Amino acid sequence: MAPRAVRVGSARFRMDDLLQTTINGIASGSIYALGAIGLSLVYAILKLVNFAHGDFMTLGGYVAFAVNVSLGMPLVVAIAAAVVAVAVLGLVTEELIWRPMRKRGAGLMQMLLLSIGLAFVLRNLILLTWTGESRKLNVDDTASYGIGIGRVSLLQILVIGIAAAALVGVGLLLTRTYVGKSMRALSDSFDLAEVSGIDTKRVVTYTWILGGGLAGLAGVLAAVFTTLTPNMGWTLLLGIFAAIILGGIGNPFGALVGGLALGLVQEWSTNFVEPTYKEAIGFAVLILALLFRPNGLLGHATRTG
Amino acid sequence: MSADEPTSPDEAPVDTPITEAAVDDQVTTADVAETVVSDDLDVVQPVLRAEHLVGGYVPEVDILRGCDLTAADGEIVVVVGPNGAGKSTLIKAIFGLITPREGRVYLRDADITGTPANRINGLGMSYVPQVNNVFPSLTIHENLQMGAAKRRKGMDARIEEMYELFPRLRERRRNRAEGLSGGERQMLAVARALMPQPSVLLLDEPSAGLAPKAVAEVFETVKRVNDSGVTIVMIEQNARAALAIANRGYVLEGGQNRFTGRGVDLLNDPHVAELYLGGAAD
Ligand SMILES: Nc1ncnc2c1ncn2[C@@H]1O[C@H](COP(=O)(O)OP(=O)(O)O)[C@@H](O)[C@H]1O
Ligand SMILES: [Mg+2]
Repeated sequence: MAPRAVRVGSARFRMDDLLQTTINGIASGSIYALGAIGLSLVYAILKLVNFAHGDFMTLGGYVAFAVNVSLGMPLVVAIAAAVVAVAVLGLVTEELIWRPMRKRGAGLMQMLLLSIGLAFVLRNLILLTWTGESRKLNVDDTASYGIGIGRVSLLQILVIGIAAAALVGVGLLLTRTYVGKSMRALSDSFDLAEVSGIDTKRVVTYTWILGGGLAGLAGVLAAVFTTLTPNMGWTLLLGIFAAIILGGIGNPFGALVGGLALGLVQEWSTNFVEPTYKEAIGFAVLILALLFRPNGLLGHATRTG
Repeated sequence: MSADEPTSPDEAPVDTPITEAAVDDQVTTADVAETVVSDDLDVVQPVLRAEHLVGGYVPEVDILRGCDLTAADGEIVVVVGPNGAGKSTLIKAIFGLITPREGRVYLRDADITGTPANRINGLGMSYVPQVNNVFPSLTIHENLQMGAAKRRKGMDARIEEMYELFPRLRERRRNRAEGLSGGERQMLAVARALMPQPSVLLLDEPSAGLAPKAVAEVFETVKRVNDSGVTIVMIEQNARAALAIANRGYVLEGGQNRFTGRGVDLLNDPHVAELYLGGAAD
């Protein structure tokens, strides 16, 4: 295998580019996916477009930074702390903001504006606490390993490995456990879940914990893979929305597929055009995909009533 | 001209002026006395009793204006009436989806007025809404599991019983509910509602929008479920077919009871036939 690749000079070079962009695509795609699943579930269940979700991710990154760099503890501990912290944040916002607002009959628009407000508050608190300086987690970003067809960096392995484990876990949760199935049931129809006797309040609570935890994890991985700034999550949010729409709004598996597809397309595009265009390319693909599948890749052809 | 013909017997609009103008005027104005067309209808120990329900969706507008409904153990009770009569609202008030301003709802001896729907489910009464009554992206099996919220221990055995009752659901257990035909979807909705082993099942127009063959299947299903001991309270647009299998029937209009009686007696009553069933049978 290897010698042949060496002999075909320029072809080998392109093989390696393809490998690198594919791996990077999977990595950034899984970060999108982790962010998108929680955002999509919360939207489907509560009809809340949570613009603060990106800043939930940012906070996850900074909590990891505080534990990993400021306190000098291992990355695993930092990841766990970030996941727990943002899950708790999700829960707290549900108790203090979202549930009371729903009780008062707040509509989609009020909730959306409120979430934008929350996003700014969080970002400014982060800015106050950690300043705007860009940060890095304590991970060796020079280490890499040969895998026969090329080299992969420790960063890539970490991000993809952790994300894959989390995504498989979420998949199992949603398809194998009672609470996971209930989350999908509430996404389909909150009213029917209510009359079926499902404890909807409990399921909503778990949804915030899951969505928050995944956002925290996505934030740490984004901080590992790129650099951590107070704007990191807000910037990622656009791609996450695209991933959700691409996969099919309200479908957690759609969010996963949409996230990976978006990440891969964006990274692959850098083989042909300047990397600065990759965001634009992502959205071009989104529009193109929706022309053929208006309800997203995993969306229903038509919703049956 | 065909355009002038009523679309179908069960959809014949009641607000169309009919010869008995005096009766009709009363219908459109307020507070008509309820006509009981059968005698000895009283029940000593009803399983479900709604008494003089008044209320609606917003405080200012009463959709229900003094509705009563009684179901004895093991009965099929059918509620008919024109569109907008308040039939669905009556069922929602019984199931705690809206809280009536006046009146009470009793399930056996318990006063359940104002108890949220979510809890009524665990008290022995289930409800199948007219639309959106299955979880489309969940499989048939998962839909049944979602019906079992309160009885997770005996869940698998109960699902097995549902598959015995509806073998077609077993065949498709791994399929998503969105792929089911209209008739199968109603079956699944009923099976889901039966999961907590209710003694009373509320059905809102289970045959609406179905092909004739599927309509017959739904009525067959209802009878089968009733044979297993479940009391049925069912709203139906297919009024003739429904009253034919009803032990007790109610004609509702303007949020009030208009006629009450055994199913057959209502079918044979000339006023009911004229006003609500699109003319006399045969
Ligand atoms: N969710 C709702 N909010 C406000 N009004 C409603 C709602 N649902 C029904 N109504 C009104 O209540 C009245 C009775 O409706 P409904 O009980 O659905 O009638 P039926 O089931 O007999 O056709 C109608 O005038 C309808 O417009
Ligand atoms: Mg109705």
